[in-house]
Amino acid sequence: MAQKQSHSEGHHVTPLAIYYKIGLALFLLTFLTVGAHSIREHIQPFAALVAFSIAGVKAYLVMAWFMHLKYDKPSNRLIFSLGFIFLAVLIGFCALDIVSRVAQNSIL
Amino acid sequence: MSTNRLVDGVNVASHYRDATHQYDSNKEGIWLFMTTEILMFGGLFVGYIIFHTLYPEMFAEGATYLNWKLGFINTLVLIFSSLTMALGIYYCQVNQRNKATLALAVTILCGAIFMVIKYFEYTHKFHLGIFPGEKLNLEMVKPEHANLGLYFGFYYCMSGLHGLHVLIGMGLITWVMIKNIKGEFNSKYFTPVEGVGIFWHIIDLIWIFLFPLLYLVG
Amino acid sequence: MGQHSSGKNYINEEPGLLSWFGTLDHKRIALLYFVTVMFFFLIGGIMALLLRLELFAPNVTQNVGQILKNGDVYNQVLTYHGAMMVFMVIIPGIPAILGNFFLPLQLGAKDVAFPRLNLLSWYVFMTGAALAICTFFSTKVDTGWTFYTPYSIRTNGAVVMMVLAAFIMGMSSILTGLNFIVTVHKLRAPGMTMFRIPLFVWAIYSTAILQVLATPVLAITLLLLAMERVFGIGIFDPKLGGDPVLFQHFFWFYSHPAVYIMILPAMGVISEIITTHAKKTIFGYTAIAFSSIGIALVSFFVWGHHMFVSGQSELAGIVFSFITMLVGVPTAIKMFNWLATLYKGSIQFTAPMLYALGFLFLFAIGGVTGIILAVTAVDVHFHDTYFVVAHFHYVMVGGTLMAIMGGFFHWFPKMFGKVYNELGAQLSWVFIFVGFNVTFFPQFILGAKGMPRRYFDYIPEYEQLNKISTIGSWLITIGFLIGLYTMIQALRKGAKAADNPWGSKTLEWQTSSPPIMHNFDHEPTVTAGPYEYK
Repeated sequence: MAQKQSHSEGHHVTPLAIYYKIGLALFLLTFLTVGAHSIREHIQPFAALVAFSIAGVKAYLVMAWFMHLKYDKPSNRLIFSLGFIFLAVLIGFCALDIVSRVAQNSIL
Repeated sequence: MSTNRLVDGVNVASHYRDATHQYDSNKEGIWLFMTTEILMFGGLFVGYIIFHTLYPEMFAEGATYLNWKLGFINTLVLIFSSLTMALGIYYCQVNQRNKATLALAVTILCGAIFMVIKYFEYTHKFHLGIFPGEKLNLEMVKPEHANLGLYFGFYYCMSGLHGLHVLIGMGLITWVMIKNIKGEFNSKYFTPVEGVGIFWHIIDLIWIFLFPLLYLVG
Repeated sequence: MGQHSSGKNYINEEPGLLSWFGTLDHKRIALLYFVTVMFFFLIGGIMALLLRLELFAPNVTQNVGQILKNGDVYNQVLTYHGAMMVFMVIIPGIPAILGNFFLPLQLGAKDVAFPRLNLLSWYVFMTGAALAICTFFSTKVDTGWTFYTPYSIRTNGAVVMMVLAAFIMGMSSILTGLNFIVTVHKLRAPGMTMFRIPLFVWAIYSTAILQVLATPVLAITLLLLAMERVFGIGIFDPKLGGDPVLFQHFFWFYSHPAVYIMILPAMGVISEIITTHAKKTIFGYTAIAFSSIGIALVSFFVWGHHMFVSGQSELAGIVFSFITMLVGVPTAIKMFNWLATLYKGSIQFTAPMLYALGFLFLFAIGGVTGIILAVTAVDVHFHDTYFVVAHFHYVMVGGTLMAIMGGFFHWFPKMFGKVYNELGAQLSWVFIFVGFNVTFFPQFILGAKGMPRRYFDYIPEYEQLNKISTIGSWLITIGFLIGLYTMIQALRKGAKAADNPWGSKTLEWQTSSPPIMHNFDHEPTVTAGPYEYK
């Protein structure tokens, strides 16, 4: 981290090595994903959970390091997370509706 | 009105105190915009999740028409391009202009590879009569589920909107790459590269979820 | 302070029409919006007059009762009335006009955070608006402004063009909201903490948050509707197992916060007018500030109250009903705080104050009838009747439009450096206030009696009240014409306005009328709150 701090005006510069490590990790996690996919019959009913959990980890790596959120202001982290939070609201209430609908049996 | 003046070698608009003030404001604006992208794409994910839950077998049938190997390659391509995009920003930050240009160029190339693979995926499907929604050619496809078109409606809308953003991203990266070649960026000023980079990473982020959603979990 | 002997201000500094279309000055951009939004208001208003004319008499006698050719044409007129008023007038309205003009000034800033983006917002807005107007000359849309499926999928009108137009205008709204959020965060004058910003700024800020978070969902909804029409993708159409109610969920996820986008800025204007024209410190500044954010937040959780009879589940209905009652709380807090501000204030019955008082009366009725509609059992009977029509016109016209007129007159001297004729403005208020009640109060009764909305005709039992309502619409029209005349006369012949004719304490009044291009001679330093009257 001290290495290429330079006079980047207080802008944090992520060292090259970290970028390569994150990139490698992302590659490996992708292999892991398709690996889990190929044995999905054996890990049912968790196949989807595994796939999306790995995706979640990959997303975190991209957001924290590639998008630099780990070193950014908390306000920017809050702003970006609001998108996900309100998406959760949208699906939450839609799902609540659909799941609790009672089948209408015709009396005709 | 937006009379700029030079502060420490950076063009700062007159309504900002200094370069840091301008940079912080620009970054916040960029993040606000990215939030809107998440919300917009997210709507598609919400729709997909709902209907996948309602029609699990139909979605499973639809997914059999997707080639997960191509999706896998495309995932690797985009991840690699995310890396090179981050490198592009890095090299601007350390005043290595030529390496930055190279990194950005590779990113664009990766985007192009992604789109080419996408093109093959789409044309193959068209060849089989697989079109979205009502346009699905039922005689050619002979699906088990009569509403298979719904699956492909989602498939084309989600991958299509994503692909459109890839193209836009490629255009934006070209724009900053040209500006970089002209020497407009340095360790003190690289905000447009960063902004475009964040946009490109969002595209990667969406694909990270789209890949399992469409290709694997179906 | 803040005066230039050179007499230069933002209006005359760069001459020539072209300089306006390439301007980066937030005040000029505000005026660009002013002219165009008022033009769209005129067209939307004419649509309304046509509707009311049609409803003057039941179509029993073909020659007298029927103005429009048939029900299809009526549906088109009501669609354009609604769509234009919602997307082209009230949503942009106060934020794009008064917000653009006064947000930087009230913050002590030179401009908004992103001036070029601001100009782009206007051009994007105009592009969407132009596209919407194009549909008028193609096959007109007849779905209502809500575009409910499956009808919107099947109907012949230029729905795709219209929803694309709304999509584009939504982009403009997002960019404006984004701009305002960063402006409030980053461009406050030294000493101006978040709890020293004027309440109009809190209102615009809360609105901007809504614009950024809600509009993208509308964007994808409209895109999906377009895809439905072009490809039949199936998400909202029962044909392929899709769900029309899902369209409503997606649509109202935006459109409910949208109505708060419409009213929150209006409430901000009212705060400014009441405190200035009663020369009294606003009562409960913190409560009003937090209630703005509170309303914005809660607005995301209530959208299903538009859908009680849509086929959504009973459980969803109960949840939405309950939360909707909650949103009345921060709203009521504001009302009480305004009343408390007026109490023992030195009330000047200027036109702005009249409009603010009118707001208090009309918005109270509108808000309370909203709570009535929130009761699911009641809504089952009132949904899609004129009760609902009356409710939302009370809050949108009685609320937002009153506030925008009051705001225009309140800030007129500052914007144009001219004094308007007080009597003319007060007269406009009389006609608008009286006319408004004559138009819309009977509609509560009509709705309770069962008259459905969006109907071209009605049973003879409803004729009396419909006639009264139509006459009211003519009174409102006179009121707006008087108001327009007053403003034009003031621009042409008005006396020169003082820098601070109302004796207000907020920063925009501490600079010249009209302001200089860069707003302030010297960046102000703030040492106190915005309403230190007594």
